[in-house]
Amino acid sequence: MKVIELKNVNKTFHRSGGQKLLRHYLEDILGKTDPEQFFALKDVSFSIRDGESVAVIGANGAGKSTLLSLVTQLVPPSTGTLDVRGRTAALLDLGSGFHPDLTGRENILLNASLLGFSRKQAHDLYDSIVEFSELDDFIKEPLRTYSNGMMLRLAFSVAVNLDPEILIIDEVLAVGDQKFQAKCTEKIFEIRNQGRTILCVSHVSPTLQLLCERALWLDHGQLVMDGPIGEVAAAYEGRLTRQG
Amino acid sequence: MWKGDYLFLLQNLVVKDFKIRYRNMSLGVFWSLLNPLVMMSALTFVFTAVFPNNQIENFPIFVLCGLVPFNFFTVAWQNGTISVANNAGLIKRVPVPREIVPIATVLSTCVHLGIQIGLLLVMVLVFGRGLNWNWLWLPVVWGVEILFVCGLTLMTSALDVYIRDVRYVVESACTLLFWMVPVFYAIHSVPQSYANIYQFNPLSALILALRTILIDGAAPSSTLLLKLTFSSTLVFALGLYVFHRLKRQFFDYL
Repeated sequence: MKVIELKNVNKTFHRSGGQKLLRHYLEDILGKTDPEQFFALKDVSFSIRDGESVAVIGANGAGKSTLLSLVTQLVPPSTGTLDVRGRTAALLDLGSGFHPDLTGRENILLNASLLGFSRKQAHDLYDSIVEFSELDDFIKEPLRTYSNGMMLRLAFSVAVNLDPEILIIDEVLAVGDQKFQAKCTEKIFEIRNQGRTILCVSHVSPTLQLLCERALWLDHGQLVMDGPIGEVAAAYEGRLTRQG
Repeated sequence: MWKGDYLFLLQNLVVKDFKIRYRNMSLGVFWSLLNPLVMMSALTFVFTAVFPNNQIENFPIFVLCGLVPFNFFTVAWQNGTISVANNAGLIKRVPVPREIVPIATVLSTCVHLGIQIGLLLVMVLVFGRGLNWNWLWLPVVWGVEILFVCGLTLMTSALDVYIRDVRYVVESACTLLFWMVPVFYAIHSVPQSYANIYQFNPLSALILALRTILIDGAAPSSTLLLKLTFSSTLVFALGLYVFHRLKRQFFDYL
């Protein structure tokens, strides 16, 4: 079964996007600025089957983050079709739903509800999230008293313990100290071995090559190569050394 | 599509807003009581000592019936309008239904409102007419009012994402409204031809209904209730429509 399917997807952004005041619109109308568009993704088509683990590689600005925003349905494609079946949990910017004035416990419940969990599911999973995060008594303290590492540990624990059908990872494999990092990697492998679908954006690394069987190589918004990770990684690194 | 538990999410967002607001105030809930009491005293001084001939009995209660809805309306509308733009982090990273953000902001103001309504009712019990069966109308008129504010907020919060000036327009509109709704004057001082229009403004209609219930001890008139319900439902439907049309492009503008 195909869980993610993209057909001829284009995504364009205005160069003058972002925050706007009334005078910016007036300037647009009066023709002072020309609303230039650029393609973040250009004619991208691929599909991912249930249980596949796929890496997305490419240089900065190649469209990797845009691709993840599309797959998590944060933004619609400009043209083309996109189909996603199943509940996605994104480890995009870890802890984006967190608030420093809330306690660890309150943040867990808030994040669980944001990710689409019912009250009962969230309370059932609560203990395993706390246990995995190794935060112990700190869970009753406001988040602003946490160290950066502790916060990342909490965010990671919430996302991986909520049993996502499609796990989306954005360069966050480096979480906390080495011991916790090993634990996270192990957990991600466990999720993969349970037959979940994984989409991972990361730099090419030995761990990535073990985790994913397939890779998509994006370059300037276009899909250049799609195949077994070994071949794609070799071609990608070959290109880098030739350029360097 | 996001297929989560709407109620659980709404509850968590409301609790979040409320806790953040009150944890940063040393006197907490006390501030919710202080502001209307100070305003009530000031307006009572102005309209009973400076302009003594207004012929309104029990002026402090009269003006409090105007202040409590007005405060709720302005705070909820202003906070709600900036809520989508201020929660850009959430909107850009979590695929929650976007409507829930402004609605949760409005509802979190209701906690604050509950405290102020409590104050109003205590004042009525102590200085006014006391309890009567028509108090059962209170949840109805407040419910319709909250629906109205949600609709208005859906509209302005979506527009604010596209044009950040909208929040300043809302701010000015609130200052203007203090004079254009009967907070400190009675509706019978308004010429008849204008008074009918007042009832279509749900905020004015609510203030009039509150005075009828709490000061006159009577049920609000059916035409008033109809106008209040009609305009609130219309604004809510329009708000949902506008928000739905605009939300697709939020990501590009945040």
